[in-house]
Amino acid sequence: MAPNNDKKSKKKSGTKKATETTVRIVAADHGPVSEVVIPALECHDVDVYYGTFRAVSEVNMSFGTNEITALIGPSGCGKSTLLRSLNRMNDLVDGARVTGSVTFHGENIYAPEVDAIEVRRRIGMVFQKPNPFPKSIYDNVAYGPRVIGMKPDSMDDLVEEALTQAALWDEVKDKLKQTAFGLSGGQQQRLCIARTIAVKPDVILMDEPCSALDPIATKRIEDLMLELTKDYTIVIVTHNMQQAARVADRTAFFTARPDETTGNRTGVLVEFDRTSDIFTNPKDPRTEDYISGRFG
Amino acid sequence: MTSLSQSKSLRGRVRGGDSGPLSIIFLFVLWFSVFFAFVFLLTLIVTTWIDGAPRLDVRMFTEFPSSAPEDAGARPAILGSLLVISVTALFTLPLGIAAGIHLEEFANRRNWFNRIVELNVQNLAAVPSIVYGLLTLGALSAVGVRDKNIVIAGAMALSLLILPVVIIVTRESLRAVPLEIREGSLALGATPLQTLFRQTLPSAVPGIATGSILALSRALGEAAPLLILGALVFVSFDPNGLLSGYTTLPIQIFNWTGRPQEEFHVLAAATSILLLGLLLAMNSIAITIRNRFQLRW
Repeated sequence: MAPNNDKKSKKKSGTKKATETTVRIVAADHGPVSEVVIPALECHDVDVYYGTFRAVSEVNMSFGTNEITALIGPSGCGKSTLLRSLNRMNDLVDGARVTGSVTFHGENIYAPEVDAIEVRRRIGMVFQKPNPFPKSIYDNVAYGPRVIGMKPDSMDDLVEEALTQAALWDEVKDKLKQTAFGLSGGQQQRLCIARTIAVKPDVILMDEPCSALDPIATKRIEDLMLELTKDYTIVIVTHNMQQAARVADRTAFFTARPDETTGNRTGVLVEFDRTSDIFTNPKDPRTEDYISGRFG
Repeated sequence: MTSLSQSKSLRGRVRGGDSGPLSIIFLFVLWFSVFFAFVFLLTLIVTTWIDGAPRLDVRMFTEFPSSAPEDAGARPAILGSLLVISVTALFTLPLGIAAGIHLEEFANRRNWFNRIVELNVQNLAAVPSIVYGLLTLGALSAVGVRDKNIVIAGAMALSLLILPVVIIVTRESLRAVPLEIREGSLALGATPLQTLFRQTLPSAVPGIATGSILALSRALGEAAPLLILGALVFVSFDPNGLLSGYTTLPIQIFNWTGRPQEEFHVLAAATSILLLGLLLAMNSIAITIRNRFQLRW
């Protein structure tokens, strides 16, 4: 959005419905969201460093079981970094380090006796760009169960179940042996979700899963996410506030705060609440500014 | 910025555009360069063919070298080349690919030691082949090997020569596999080794195979390091093991070219055609592998 110092015109240009002076994004109603979070994942004083650079600072929040939690905020506010530290994907980055604790059903995933590989199986991840393996559709889904040593009665059934859950079965059932690269972007992303579901995780982390997709494919993924909350806890990073409003039960707003001495920008959690509260009744003025399009 | 944006005309900044005199001259220089390179290669092939074709017959493959040119053939050289190159491949490929995998996938790039290794591998790829011959010679002398004209010694020198190349192509092929593939695999609960053997390495194999074949064909054409090691120039027996004496095609060519009789020069040309054919075959295999199996992300 174009930088503009005039407050009034900014309100108008910053949102889609320019006729009203203050435009609210309205959270979709998926039934009441309880006041209390029943956490699947919890962050306690989580700081994430790359070398000496602190990318995320002092995050305390909980991710509700069978809920969708959205992480929103401007670029560089550390939401993807935080997401990747929730299943230890950040371990793969040289120099990345997490302090504080991330507990998964009460167990700290950064405890020394914890196996990062098992953490990643239980807490799956879907990436920004669809990343199917250069294999057949079937083998893409069967890959996870095979590598983790699952011994299902029938791999065919497992693959069908995962693809059905990911709302892809009908489109691919006749071409399971064909390469996954032949699918459209939206189908590839649903295949990646199916692949993740196949190893039966508890939590699915999604890092801007729709940013490379068109609106129709985005809608299908969003519907799928809502469907999946029956069985899974979902955490989604999104740049799209409307998307957060449409799918998320709770939303966390992050922003980047420059360090007084070094000037390095560190991501901080500003506000975490039910999505309807975040969008209709934000408590922090920075959240208010962001959701009404005044910055970011 | 200002002059460009103020100018209302759409005419380009270069007077005359692509049809200006400078552009034409430059184009001719480019054409001439291509023409020169092409003619050079063509002359070489055609003259070699004219010289050697009459002698490119079955005797070439069946006969041993002889003091009588009409009875001579390159049989031990052909067998020697094939044996030496196979042993070289056996030495180089496992070592080079493993080293490449370690440097690319597992080594910590911030570590100063790994960075020195990396830098050295790059530099070693540019070291002249004769230096590797001398190195092997010195190493074998140091451990007390008296007869250095053995297949395994030649293969060692050639392995040293192409090892850096194989390491580099392995690394480049692995690097061409997108990070997302590794992340996708790891995010499903695969171990780093499973990810390597089931995703990264299979995707990189076409590139590694292509690069390795090209490296081996370079080794096939080398004479200098083998001559330093005292490869025989006149062999009247088939190489029959790792410790056997041997000769190779480039050495045979070298030998025959040095003879005063014209007939031997014809033989040398015929052997050159054979060597060229062999190199061409290997390179076509490499290109076929690349075109058929290379993945586009």
